[in-house]
Formats: sequence, C-alpha cells, structure tokens
Amino acid sequence: MPHLPEPRGELSSAVTDLLGAAPGPVPAIDVAAPADPLGDDDLHLALYVLYELHYRGFDGVDERWEWDPGLLGLRARLEAVFEDGLRAALSGWTPPPADATTMDLALRAIDDADDAPSLSRFLETKGTLEHYREFLVHRSAYQLKEADPHSWAIPRLSGPPKAELLEVQFDEYGGGDPARVHAQLFADAMVALELDATYGAHLDRLPGVTLATVNLMSLFGLHRRWRGAIVGHLALFEMTSSIPNGRYARGLRRLGRRSKAATAFFDEHVTADAIHENVAAVDLAGGLVRREPALVGDVLLGARALAELEGRWARHLLGAWEAGHSSLRASEAEAVAA
Amino acid sequence: MSSEGARITPYRDGPLLVRGPFTLVDQDGAEIEVQQRTIALCRCGRSRRKPFCDGTHKVAGWKADSAAAPPPA
Repeated sequence: MPHLPEPRGELSSAVTDLLGAAPGPVPAIDVAAPADPLGDDDLHLALYVLYELHYRGFDGVDERWEWDPGLLGLRARLEAVFEDGLRAALSGWTPPPADATTMDLALRAIDDADDAPSLSRFLETKGTLEHYREFLVHRSAYQLKEADPHSWAIPRLSGPPKAELLEVQFDEYGGGDPARVHAQLFADAMVALELDATYGAHLDRLPGVTLATVNLMSLFGLHRRWRGAIVGHLALFEMTSSIPNGRYARGLRRLGRRSKAATAFFDEHVTADAIHENVAAVDLAGGLVRREPALVGDVLLGARALAELEGRWARHLLGAWEAGHSSLRASEAEAVAA
Repeated sequence: MSSEGARITPYRDGPLLVRGPFTLVDQDGAEIEVQQRTIALCRCGRSRRKPFCDGTHKVAGWKADSAAAPPPA
C-alpha cells in the first residue's frame, strides 16, 4: 500500500495530518480558491489523497476515514472549488448540437476543436527515453488503476448503456486474464523502462496539473449526478486513444525499446480502443442520452472537460521539455542536492 | 446478445464491429487470432493492422454512412 505523500500547502497538510490519526473531529479548514483551481498543487494533492481512500487507501491510514462525514464535508468543499474552476474555464465554450443519434458527431466535433499540442507526435518523433519515463510516471497516477474511475458509473446505469459500459470495461480488465489487465500492461511497460511500477510510488513527483486529470475522473465517477459526464469523459478518452498509442509505440521502437513488455500496453490500445471508441460514443453515450435525454449537456461537458485538462497537462510536459527541464516535481533527493 | 449469430455493424465514418460468436479466418482457412469478444474490422483500407481497425480512418478524414448506400440510379 502506498505511503501518504508529502504535503504541499495548507490543504494537503490538513488532510495528511488528519489521516495520520484515527478518525475524529475534522476542524473547520479555510478553503479558498487558488489562482489556478485546475492545476494547483496543494488543492489537487489534497483532493487526490481524499479520493484515493476510495481506491487503494494508504499505508497506516484507518480505513474508516473513507466514509467519515467530516472528511467528506471537507472533500465537498474542495470539489466545489475544482468544479467552479472547471465551469469558469469552459464558460466561453458552446457545446455542439447533439442528440442520441448524433452523439458520435458531437463528440468528434469536440475533439476536432481541441487545439492542444500533440504529446504523442512529440514522443513519436523527438522523445528521448527520459521523456518517455516522465510520461509514464505522470500517467501512472491513472494508468495503474486504469478503468477504475469509470467503473463507478456501472451501478448508476441501466439497460443497454450499462451493458455497453461493461463491454468496454471487460477489455480494460483483461477479459478475465490478469496478465492482460491494462493496468498490469502499463506496469510491465514501466518496469521495461526501468521505472518503479509500485502503485502510488511516484505521487510526490506528480504536479497538480497531472493530479487534476485523475481528480476529474474521480469527481465525475463518484457522484451519481455526474453520470453523464463520466460517460462523456470515457467516450472522448477512447476516441482519442488509438492514434496516440500507435505513435507512442512507434516512438519506443525508434528508441530500440521493442520488447513486448515495453510496447504491449500501447499496441493493445491501438486495436482495443478502435473498438471501444465506437461502442463508447455511439452505444454508450448515445444510448445513455436515448434513455436520459436531459443528460446530453453533461455528456458533452464531461468530454470537453477531459480535453481541457489533458490539454493543460500536455502543455505542461511539452513546455518543461522545450525549456530543457523535468516536467516532474523535484524528488526529495534532488531538492536536498539543490 | 439478441441474435444467435454474429452481429456486424458499420459505424459511421468508422470500422465494422463484429460481435460474436464468430470465427475469423484468412483465405487459406487459417484462424486469425482475436483477443476481444468484439472486434473492429478496417473499412477504409488504411489500417496498419489489417484486417483490424487502428483508427487511421480519422486521420484520413474517411467518410461513410452507417446505413447501406442506396443503389445507383
């Protein structure tokens, strides 16, 4: 089980201090909106740690904290800051027209309008092994629990959309074969690139802009009222996966990393997500809106929010690399050395 | 699965999805291994993973309806 991370400010200090003790009263904690509610280190680490109680937990943390009303109250206040930030960032966005039969077109329009720089093109053609390692470390926050945030939606759906979601998730979890669980394939790729693939091992090095991409899925997944958004998030995630993963795999081979362990995760996603994107956009997202037409706006918002946060994340990585430094937070060793 | 045989669906601007039960064989009758219960077969001709779809139709901007095209007038 992972250790609690080092705090990065008042909010994450308050959360890690609380979790270090047995469940008890949660004091009133002042939650002010930071300058960047979509990437703030302290806010997103605090939120990430609180969400993680619902996934794998932390070493030495009392598991009763997961449903502690006081702590959930604090989480709700952090979520409100994150949600307000999302709505502000998307305030100038006009959703494309959509109904149950045109959901695939509307989601594609969101992807087409995305002007974020392409991380996959960079890695395919120019990425070094060190860039790849950083990329995997960032992604490990989600990929080592791949599909779990979207699985929260399963009990919230009924009928055909539920079956379509399970169709996708069944593949994500290896079709019943533990060796082919996508999170395991990702761990194999990390090890093949000489990285520690232990769950949570790199949390201290992940900036807020990375943690926010995972917090987005947890926010949408853990709240039934956001079931449309988690479905839209999954649909666009699948729709923007095949082509980039093909590029990631080609870049690894260009760097001489041709072993199955290094490339299987990416190769698997090329063909698997070529299936999933259709199932997720047409049958799952379209099917959900057929049953619950009022959710159309949330489905599109979930997709657009994904594009927004992934774009910020990609800009962060490419910006750091172009400036010639690491996109990760300094490790304890480096901080001491500096 | 509502029908007993395979169900094949052309997705708009995308591949043919085949939902089982099915067997995929090459022209010599050798079975082509499939990993998933549902597969996507290339419809645009541009995949690098034929006969499977690899998403390249999107890069190419390939277009096709899901419903059958009407016969020529």
